[in-house]
Amino acid sequence: MATETIHHGAMFDTNELVLNMGPQHPSTHGVLRVVLRLDGEKVVDADVVIGYLHRGIEKLSENRNWTQIVLLTDRMDYVAAATNNVGYCETVEKLLQLEVPRRARFVRTILCELQRIASHCLWIGTHAMDIGAMTVFLYAFRERELILDLFEEFCGARLTYNSMRIGGLPLDVPPGWPKKVLEFCDIMDSKVGEYEELLTHNRIWLERTKGVGVISGADAVAIGLSGPPLRGSGIPKDVRKDEPYAAYDEMQFDVPIGTNGDTYDRYLVRLEEFRQSLRIIRQATEGLPEGPIVGKVPRLIKPAAGETYHAIESPKGELGYFIVSDGKSTNPYRFRVRPPSFCNLQALRTLVKGHLVADVVALIGSLDVVLGEVDR
Amino acid sequence: MADDPKPSESPSPTPPAPPAAPAAPAAPAALAAAKPADTTAKPAPPAAKAAAPHAPPPPAPPSGPPDPPPPAGAAVPAFITTLQNAVSGSVDALSVYLGDWTVIVPAAKLIAAATHLKSAPDALFDFCSDVTATDWPPRKDARFDVVYCLYSTRLRHRVRLKVKVGDQQPLASVTGVWPSANWLEREVYDMFGVNFTGHPDRRRILMPEDWQGFPERKDYPLEGPGELLMENPIDWLKLRQAKEEAEIE
Repeated sequence: MATETIHHGAMFDTNELVLNMGPQHPSTHGVLRVVLRLDGEKVVDADVVIGYLHRGIEKLSENRNWTQIVLLTDRMDYVAAATNNVGYCETVEKLLQLEVPRRARFVRTILCELQRIASHCLWIGTHAMDIGAMTVFLYAFRERELILDLFEEFCGARLTYNSMRIGGLPLDVPPGWPKKVLEFCDIMDSKVGEYEELLTHNRIWLERTKGVGVISGADAVAIGLSGPPLRGSGIPKDVRKDEPYAAYDEMQFDVPIGTNGDTYDRYLVRLEEFRQSLRIIRQATEGLPEGPIVGKVPRLIKPAAGETYHAIESPKGELGYFIVSDGKSTNPYRFRVRPPSFCNLQALRTLVKGHLVADVVALIGSLDVVLGEVDR
Repeated sequence: MADDPKPSESPSPTPPAPPAAPAAPAAPAALAAAKPADTTAKPAPPAAKAAAPHAPPPPAPPSGPPDPPPPAGAAVPAFITTLQNAVSGSVDALSVYLGDWTVIVPAAKLIAAATHLKSAPDALFDFCSDVTATDWPPRKDARFDVVYCLYSTRLRHRVRLKVKVGDQQPLASVTGVWPSANWLEREVYDMFGVNFTGHPDRRRILMPEDWQGFPERKDYPLEGPGELLMENPIDWLKLRQAKEEAEIE
C-alpha cells in the first residue's frame, strides 16, 4: 500500500484545470463569471469577469435631467433601491445646498433601514441556500415580503421604488403606516432569532463558514472592502456613524464588528445589523416629527458649477456619488457612482485563493454583491 | 437608421466656428432648425440683448470645474501643509467646495503625494474609496481630470486628489499604494481611455475586450458608435455578418 502511494504523484496528471463558472450560474447571484484555475479541488487563481449587465447608467444619467436620474438609480442595487435614491438625492441636495425638512429625514432613515433588513433577508436566504440550508431561504423571504408590502403601501412599487425626490419625499407616509412599521419590528425581532437558531450553532454551517475567506483588517482596507465585509474584519467603519446623513445623528445604535474576518464573522455582523436596524427604525418611527416633507426646491434644478462626493452606507457598503455640475445645463456634467458591490467583489480573487471550489460559492455569498450595481 | 442621430449631432460641434465672426444673419442659413426661435426673439429689443450672448445654441462646452480656491481665512487642514512641505511641488492648487478639500496634484508627483498621504501620521489615507475621471474636451492639453477620493479609516476624514492628464499622457497607477485602485483604474481606462502605466492588469472591465472607443468620453455618442445602433437588430446582424465574411475573405 505504502509503495503504491509513492507513485501516485507520477501516475496522475497534475496539470492545472481551468474551470469556467458562470455567467449563468445560480450561485453567482446574477451574471457573474469567475474563471477558476484549479489544482485538484483547490483554487490556485481566479479571474473575475464582470460587465454582462452593463447598461451605462452613468452615461445615461449625464443625458437626463436631475429629477429623471432618481429612477435610474433604482436599477443599480435593485434589492435596496430606496438606499440608492437617498444617496443620489442627498448628493444633489448637497450641491444645491438645500435644507431637507426633519420629517423627510426621519422617513428616509426608516426607509433606508427597512431596505437594509430587506437586503440582508435576501442575502441570508440566498447565502444559506448556496451552502445547502434551504429552510432559511423560505423564512427570510417570508419576512422580506412584509417589508415589500410596507414599501408598496408607501410608494406603490415593490422593487424599484423611485421613492425619493430631490429635497424630500414625493408623498407623505400613508395614515397608519408608522404603526404597521412598528408591528413589523415586533415580528422581525423574533424572526432574527429563528435565523440564528437555524444557523449560528449549526455544525454544517460552522464547518462551511468558519475560517473560510479570512481577511485581516489591514488587508480589507487596502483592497477596498466596505460595509459588513470590512466590519467583519474588525474595522468599525460605518458612514452612518462617521459622517451621519439623513437623521442618523439623532439615532442611538451600535456598529457591530467581527474579530476573525472570516465568512462566519461577516454572517454574525449582518445578523446583528438586523437588530440594530430594527432599533433605528423604532426610534425613528416613534420620534417621527410633524412638518413639511419637501424643502424649498427650485422649480428648475440647476446646481451651481462645482463637484462633490457624498457617501452613504448602503446595505452592501459605502455607496458614493461623485457628481459634477457645469452650472449651465439641466443635467449633470459627470455622474459617477462608487458602487460598494463592485469594490467588494474585487476582493474575491484574494479571498478564494487556496480554498476549495465549493467555498467559492460561500465567498460570493458572503460578499453579498448585486450584479446590477457591479456593472451599472 | 444608423445615420439618423448623426445629423442632429453633427450641427452641434460645427457652429462654434462660425459664431465667432458673423452676427445673426449668417447663422440662420446654416442652422435652419435652431434659428427660428432666435429671429422671433429679435423684435423685442431687451430680449435681443439677452439672447445675443446665447445666440449660438450650443454654448461653448464647459472647459473645467471652477475649483474654487479656499477663502482667505480658511484653515487649511494640517495634512495638506505637511504634504506641501514633505513633497515639494506636489500641490498645484487647492480647492474647497461645500466643505470638501481637493488637492490638485501634477501627474509627475502623484505617486510621491499618494505614498505620503497614505503613511503620514496626520493624514493616514489608507482607504481609496473611488477613482474616477471627468472629461473636458475643450482642454486640449489635459482633457481629463482623474479624481481620487480618499478616506482615512483611523482619522475619519476625506480628501480628493485631482490630476489633470491629456489624452495619451501616461499617468502612473496608484495600485502600488492602494490595491483597491486596481479595478477602479481599469474602469477609468475602460470608460475614458486614460493611459495608466504600471498597472498590473490593464484590461477593459465593463465593456467587451474588443470594444472600440471609450464610452464615457463626451464626444462618444449616447447611442453608441453608428453602425452598432441596435434600433434595427436584423440590419445590424446582417451588417455584422457581411463584415465578418469580408474579413474571412
